[in-house]
Amino acid sequence: MRFSLPVDSEVRARLDQLEIPFNSYGVDLYGISKAYLGPSFTALRFFFKHYFSVESHGIENVPARGRVMLVGNHSGGVALDGAMVVASQFLEMNPPRLAQGMAEKFLNKVPFASQLTNRCGHLTGLPEHAERLLADERMLMVFPEGARGTAKLFKERYSLVHFGTGFVRLAMKMKTPIVPFAFLGGGEAIPTISNAVSIGKLLGVPYIPVTPWLFAVPIPAKLEVYYSPPMIFEGTGSEEDEVVHGHVEKVKERIAQLIDTGRRRRRGEPARDAGRGAT
Amino acid sequence: MRVLVPGLSGRLGRMLAERLIELGHDVIGIDRRPFRDAPPGVEMHEVDIRKRAAEDVFRKFRPQAVIHMATVTHLVVQSEDRYRINLGGTRAVFEHSHTYGAEHVVFVGRHTYYGAAADSPLFHNEDEPPMGLSSFPELADLVAADLYAGSALWRYPSFTTTVLRMVYTLGPTGHGTLASFLRGKRVPTLLGFDPLFHFMHEQDVVSALCTTLDKRPRGVFNVAGPQPVPLSMVIRETGRTNIPIPEMIFSMMLGRLGLPKLPTGALEHIKYPVTVDGSAFKKATNFVHAIDEKGAMRAYRDAFPRPAS
Repeated sequence: MRFSLPVDSEVRARLDQLEIPFNSYGVDLYGISKAYLGPSFTALRFFFKHYFSVESHGIENVPARGRVMLVGNHSGGVALDGAMVVASQFLEMNPPRLAQGMAEKFLNKVPFASQLTNRCGHLTGLPEHAERLLADERMLMVFPEGARGTAKLFKERYSLVHFGTGFVRLAMKMKTPIVPFAFLGGGEAIPTISNAVSIGKLLGVPYIPVTPWLFAVPIPAKLEVYYSPPMIFEGTGSEEDEVVHGHVEKVKERIAQLIDTGRRRRRGEPARDAGRGAT
Repeated sequence: MRVLVPGLSGRLGRMLAERLIELGHDVIGIDRRPFRDAPPGVEMHEVDIRKRAAEDVFRKFRPQAVIHMATVTHLVVQSEDRYRINLGGTRAVFEHSHTYGAEHVVFVGRHTYYGAAADSPLFHNEDEPPMGLSSFPELADLVAADLYAGSALWRYPSFTTTVLRMVYTLGPTGHGTLASFLRGKRVPTLLGFDPLFHFMHEQDVVSALCTTLDKRPRGVFNVAGPQPVPLSMVIRETGRTNIPIPEMIFSMMLGRLGLPKLPTGALEHIKYPVTVDGSAFKKATNFVHAIDEKGAMRAYRDAFPRPAS
């Protein structure tokens, strides 16, 4: 498959600034391809800048280089949050960074989805991949709520469900700073009223989100992302569960605080400890 | 050094023979197939590795090093014979090497050992088990031969064992599974899937074998050269046309319309990548590939231009 889709000039310039070792064909060792990133970021840029006009706060908290894990909440509305954080890192960091998500395992079995996610750097969510990318000084984007988080309904959009602990162990083992972030508005953009599990199974996906207008077509709601200063947990990653749970709770609390800050701002209340102004 | 190479008449073996002679080694080959125009200095024995006559070669020649390349991989050949060659042959090589005092035995295996699956990671490490057998049981004999060779590490402490898992080869001789797959004008792929393919130029494969002989690393090692690239790119850069076919139709077409009759598990290998981490080998031997992915694809295209219609 060859892409001949238009690529925005800003995106093209930023692609060339990405600090990723591409070969002469514009493909890196994981198969990340400039030919796919170009059109994909052109589309993401439209949604990021114009459709949702995403506001980000505290992006200066994100390290410019080196291994890092962005750890955040799912705000409902499928993986819109992931896509917009990827766009934020690419369009607002200088030099731009490529946030690499960990794709749901089922995606790799779906034609085209497998190809697209892999070429854009979102490898299958395996511990081996996460470790390898961090060892390679890449930026990993992690949603510890997992699929439980993307399935949030409209009314649950500001809540946090159970956090897995793997991400803290990984950060400790790989000596990687965690940048917690909060994402707000995904639930407004794609207000899910129900998840159709049985139809999803027929189509080979975990569920199909159902909105008041039936399909998960997003409306241009206000989206916001708040980045916190990095958190570093010393250790080896093979600590007792209690130790790791304690760290997980700290990250979860930080994200909950950021969500709270964001909600106050959205309601027009004075911010208490919001990340500094938008960039 | 006296080097004995079972499987020397293969295309890769012949290249290795030339290089070993250049490096000043004495080369003896064992192969059922003849080695025409063997370079001077190569002593060829047309015998089956599993037969008595092969043991006589070991006894008479007393090799210091043995490079075992006599395994067959042609996926289309599914016979009892393949099993016997790969397993019986490998056993004979190790036993004779032990009996006749070899110092170093190199088993030349394949990276497909790890198998291709939706949930298998990129860049396999040597300690990973072979996971592809459930979908592709036809690989069992190669996997078993690899593991058997690895067992020589404790079974025969008298000599150094090196098990190599080499990525696909690509180059002017058109040797190997990937090269054969690319031979035609049009190359069928699975619609919506574009796995990374890990390969290295034939000359680099030969260099890696010579480096192994020289450095004598003990253990199991993945051998890789340049970074892997997507299959669609390999097809394009070798001047072929990519024909993406929906998987369901593809499986029905196997064995028809000029497509080889492959086991369905083979499709996993054009659907999901098998890539390996070759850093342990590089660390143990200081091996560096000389030809990058572009060079390897060009070399193949120049030697096998797109067939005219």
